[in-house]
Amino acid sequence: MRESGRMVIREPLVNENMPLSWRKETKPHRFCPGCGHGIALKALGEVVDELGILDQVLYGCDIGCSLLSWDFFNFDSIQTHHGRTIPVIVGAKRARPETVGIAYMGDGGGYAIGAQHLVNAAQRGEQITAILANNTLYAMTGGQMAPTTLPGQKTGTSPYGREVTKTGLPLQGPELVAAIAPEGSYVARATVGEYQQLKKYLKKALDNQIAGRGFSFVEVLSTCPTNWRTNAKQTWAFLQGEMARHFKVGEFRAAETIPAGEER
Amino acid sequence: MGRKIANIQLSEEYEGVLRKEQRSFMTGNEVVAWAALAAKADFMYGYPITPQNEIMHYWARLAPHFGRGFLQTEDEMSAGFAMLGGALVGKKTFSATAGPGNVLMQEPISMAEMMRIPGVWIIQQRGGPSTATVIYSQQELRLTTTGGNGEGLRIVYSTASHQELFEYTIKAFNTAWQYRFPTFVLGDGYQAKMREAVTLFRPEARGWRLIPAEPILRPPGVPARDRDPVHLRNTFNIEEELYDRLVDQLAAYDRMTAEVIEWEAEVSPETELLLVAHGIVARAAKQAQENLNRQGKKVGYFRPITVRPFPGSALRQAVAANPNLRLLVVESAHGQLLALVKAELYGFTNPLDSLLRPGVGITAEEIEEAVTQHGQKEAVS
Ligand SMILES: Cc1ncc(C[n+]2csc(CCOP(=O)(O)OP(=O)(O)O)c2C)c(N)n1
Ligand code: SF4
Ligand SMILES: [Mg+2]
Repeated sequence: MRESGRMVIREPLVNENMPLSWRKETKPHRFCPGCGHGIALKALGEVVDELGILDQVLYGCDIGCSLLSWDFFNFDSIQTHHGRTIPVIVGAKRARPETVGIAYMGDGGGYAIGAQHLVNAAQRGEQITAILANNTLYAMTGGQMAPTTLPGQKTGTSPYGREVTKTGLPLQGPELVAAIAPEGSYVARATVGEYQQLKKYLKKALDNQIAGRGFSFVEVLSTCPTNWRTNAKQTWAFLQGEMARHFKVGEFRAAETIPAGEER
Repeated sequence: MGRKIANIQLSEEYEGVLRKEQRSFMTGNEVVAWAALAAKADFMYGYPITPQNEIMHYWARLAPHFGRGFLQTEDEMSAGFAMLGGALVGKKTFSATAGPGNVLMQEPISMAEMMRIPGVWIIQQRGGPSTATVIYSQQELRLTTTGGNGEGLRIVYSTASHQELFEYTIKAFNTAWQYRFPTFVLGDGYQAKMREAVTLFRPEARGWRLIPAEPILRPPGVPARDRDPVHLRNTFNIEEELYDRLVDQLAAYDRMTAEVIEWEAEVSPETELLLVAHGIVARAAKQAQENLNRQGKKVGYFRPITVRPFPGSALRQAVAANPNLRLLVVESAHGQLLALVKAELYGFTNPLDSLLRPGVGITAEEIEEAVTQHGQKEAVS
């Protein structure tokens, strides 16, 4: 149900099925039906509610379909440039460390144009949470090949299928970040196909930041039926089948993996 | 017991440093670091590039003693975007760069323009294009004033001495946070690296009011309970949405222009030749003017201090002082200042000549020689 005028939350849980931190006025959201972005952000909203950090969050979204989430939440947000969400959130976090900084981006933004920011923020152990939706292509610009495009996958710029001899294999982001991030980092790959696990990983990623342990990174396997040109059944099959075969879901670095007594 | 940091004897409590006026002899880069401190800058994000490196070095040394922050980022884009993040949550942020770094910096600066996010950039110009030299030029005038994919909604102060570097850096923070347009101090490698005398002072002691930074994002209160959440975007769905936004911004820029433009002019109805220069070249031009005047030549001088917005009406007024006035535009670039001057003097028919030495310093003697050999090469328009 839509309310007109200024939104006032009178008491917790007025939005029965929606996370408290979801902004009702901007729902239904702008993602295509069947899009994974909405699921990832729903999970994020629920986790922010559960942690009770609405007033601390600073949310940055990239340019890509994630830009559609600029007014998605009830927390303060900034729409940045393609690939540049991490440095904006890093700058804010460094300037006001009590902020819970969340950088939300696509695979093109995080692994191609903004890869240097992801790598260096991870390497420096920046106390932010980066969340990256991997939908195997550049969705917003009409479905071009991304670093994550699967071998043989057809996109606008790989019309005959991705040829690994010429353009490489899908980039393994969490594996890369896990290899370079210092102790105290949290690194995981979730999927919109496993909602409870997705929530668990996002919560741990935010917890890690709140506890001041280090950099947190969650890649979320996501869907893009529009550019995949798939129906609901095919979309699900691609996510749970081919994508899952190339991208291993799980935790790559977590606080528990730090030897006792060395936790920062 | 005192402690020496960056050429200045610090008292036990570092807060005391700039309480009094302090006469010093230092490089321009060091001056900028002290100015940022005096301006109550909170955070510098930077990436090394000559000839600005020592701004970072001095700041990195000073900052921890004054509770200020420094982060060396992975590149200039990151430095610029991190500045925006810091400014958005209410901190005074700045960076310093040059040449290819200035090119990369244009991306975050265009976002600052669009979203009215304040910030101060110190540009120590080096030779261009490309990597060119680490030494000196005035070739970053066009990039600094109108770089990026927009309308150049910025303020650019072109300094000519260490005293100005100090004072305009402080002023730049005020301008940026008052008007919320990206603000620049346009120096160069000579100003960065040479040493000269300067008086450092605490701005408040001279009655300068420092404009405080307010958080744009994460202001007080719980969003959606005490206040609306703040949602900022730079992407629009339709042309008119953007146009409306730009009309407002351009109007704000125009309103600001009269309040910020600065220039120096020495001209009278007797003036026959007007030297036009900015930055450190204006210093040589001023000296040349004085020497030529001593020789009985009727030479005037015009120097824009804000090269953007440009003091166009002041220039037109100066040129109108004498209908037969000739102009000589002097710069260490191939016509970047000249283009601005010509645009401002559209419709005037005064003869105009230029001394253009891209990437090379210009002495008073060279200007005097050019004046002596001055021919009528072209008209303004
Ligand atoms: C500097 C720059 N280069 C290119 C673009 C065009 N662009 C907009 S979104 C996008 C790709 C987005 O892909 P991804 O990051 O994977 O996000 P998705 O849309 O798939 O969620 C590109 C290339 C841009 N906005 N800025
Ligand atoms: S184009 Fe793809 S990623 Fe973008 S909103 Fe639609 S389904 Fe989602
Ligand atoms: Mg994508």
